[in-house]
Amino acid sequence: MLVIEKLTVEQPSASALDIVAWFVYLLSAVLFVVGLHFMNSPKTARKGNFISSYGMIIACVMAFIVLFMQGFISPIAVVVLIAGIAIGAVAGVVSAKKVKMTDMPQLVSVFNTVGGGAAALVALNDILAGQHEPSLVVLITAGLGVLIGSVTFTGSLIAAGKLQGIGFVKKMSLPGKSVWNVLFALLTIASFVMLCVAPDQRLLWSILTTVFALCYGLVFVIPIGGADMPVVISVLNACTGTAVAMSGLAIDNVALIVAGALVGAAGVTLSVLMAKAMNRPLLSVLAGGFGGSDAAAGSADGPEGTMKETTPDDVAVQLVYADKVIFVPGFGLAQAQAQRELADLGELLKEHGVEVEYAIHPVAGRMPGHMNVLLAEANVPYEELVDLDDINPQFPSANVSLVVGANDVTNPAARKPGTPVSGMPILDVDKSQHVVVMKRGRGRGYAGIENELYFEDNTQMLFGDAKDGLQAVIAAVKELLN
Amino acid sequence: MPDLVVSITLFVLALLIGIEVIGKVPATLHTPLMSGANSIHGIVIVGVVIVAATADNWLSYVFIFLAAVLGTMNVVGGYVVTDRMLEMFKSDKSKSADQKKGA
Repeated sequence: MLVIEKLTVEQPSASALDIVAWFVYLLSAVLFVVGLHFMNSPKTARKGNFISSYGMIIACVMAFIVLFMQGFISPIAVVVLIAGIAIGAVAGVVSAKKVKMTDMPQLVSVFNTVGGGAAALVALNDILAGQHEPSLVVLITAGLGVLIGSVTFTGSLIAAGKLQGIGFVKKMSLPGKSVWNVLFALLTIASFVMLCVAPDQRLLWSILTTVFALCYGLVFVIPIGGADMPVVISVLNACTGTAVAMSGLAIDNVALIVAGALVGAAGVTLSVLMAKAMNRPLLSVLAGGFGGSDAAAGSADGPEGTMKETTPDDVAVQLVYADKVIFVPGFGLAQAQAQRELADLGELLKEHGVEVEYAIHPVAGRMPGHMNVLLAEANVPYEELVDLDDINPQFPSANVSLVVGANDVTNPAARKPGTPVSGMPILDVDKSQHVVVMKRGRGRGYAGIENELYFEDNTQMLFGDAKDGLQAVIAAVKELLN
Repeated sequence: MPDLVVSITLFVLALLIGIEVIGKVPATLHTPLMSGANSIHGIVIVGVVIVAATADNWLSYVFIFLAAVLGTMNVVGGYVVTDRMLEMFKSDKSKSADQKKGA
């Protein structure tokens, strides 16, 4: 009511349109909530995405109606606006249609980059473009929009680069990372405060805020390793949401505020879930590395014993004569793009009467739910993908567990104190009767320690690329069945 | 000032709704959820349209152009890719139904 009153006072001639616009934006916000609500089941999720896109469409149409009915100062602005939208739409559709499912985490991160960038630009424009000095409220909200949006921009860009495996991004390291982090955080906050207290020099301070925030985004994400990316991506997603909400506060638009808050909530909820699944405080994940990772890697006492190697033929025999098999996919599956082969193998075994299930650890892969998307692409029904808590009691009854490219999430060392993975909930793969681990090399996992599972009596190793290995196993299984 | 109070109230309430709604999403759908949430923050494009109305200098034109490209890419790409993902999620029943159709 208060807002409507104010609009009536300031622009009596346009008040009706403003009220209509307000309610249309509110409706679009409602559609976003309803859309997200439908995401709670795979059956309705697609409908939910459509509902949310309708919300987006009506909000955009309304914005254009207001633009043309209330008029604009410069036609050039409208031309560049429409040109920008056309270019962005084409770029968005092309990249979304072309991307491979294994590259999904990168793309989500890229979209996050551009979203953060757009939010920062809107806020920056709000501070700089006006003829008059902006009010303190605008300076604070828009300033925060600039700050958070810029951090997300460079942060997500680096995250995308790391996920894509771009050489120089991956190799980037940051000696004295905490010093840089603190330095740029302080510089960013200082320039933001200066922007608020000295608005007459807002050009200088807003540019400094942007630059320092961009630098902070870099030093924030560079030290964080690939396996922690699920957390980083959701945190950055939350940041973009917040930046959008701040821009919304600055230009007083209900759709931006509500949508931004929803995304912020989604990002925070997912980050907390991920951190919980790793049994590490969110802050320690974001601080980068497995707490003193160098020390941990160097001093870890290797488990006793030797690894036993096996052959695809032998694996095939074990699988075919089993009653129950559990597949344990990890990032290695995505890397080798072997999801179809794994699904084919599962299908073959099911036809032969073997019970097949997929054990999904919450942080397997490079983004929340990464494995689920990959296996969905390979046509595995989602009922066969079983969560950590539900699958763990089933391992003792499994004749064979086939681990494909998963490492730390299966390490029994997590049950003992004093290791970098201690306390992390793991898949109880070692409790199944036989374990076959498909692995590229003998290297250690992300946590930098040997996996005790590999040295257990009931574990056999099949070294090599997951795709080649699975194809060999499939061929051997087919031969046995014929 | 009351404006801002209303807006902040909205922000906080939306945050709470978000946490409530998203907490119910199963782990299976976390990737599409994130991607879907990602496209929602493309709503910033509405902000771009709104500020375009008052733009009157070259600095603003540049900002608006860049923000429009980035924001639209975020929205359109986000929805398309989320739909592509969700399309793949099939249950046991719908899959066997597909196979029957094929046969």
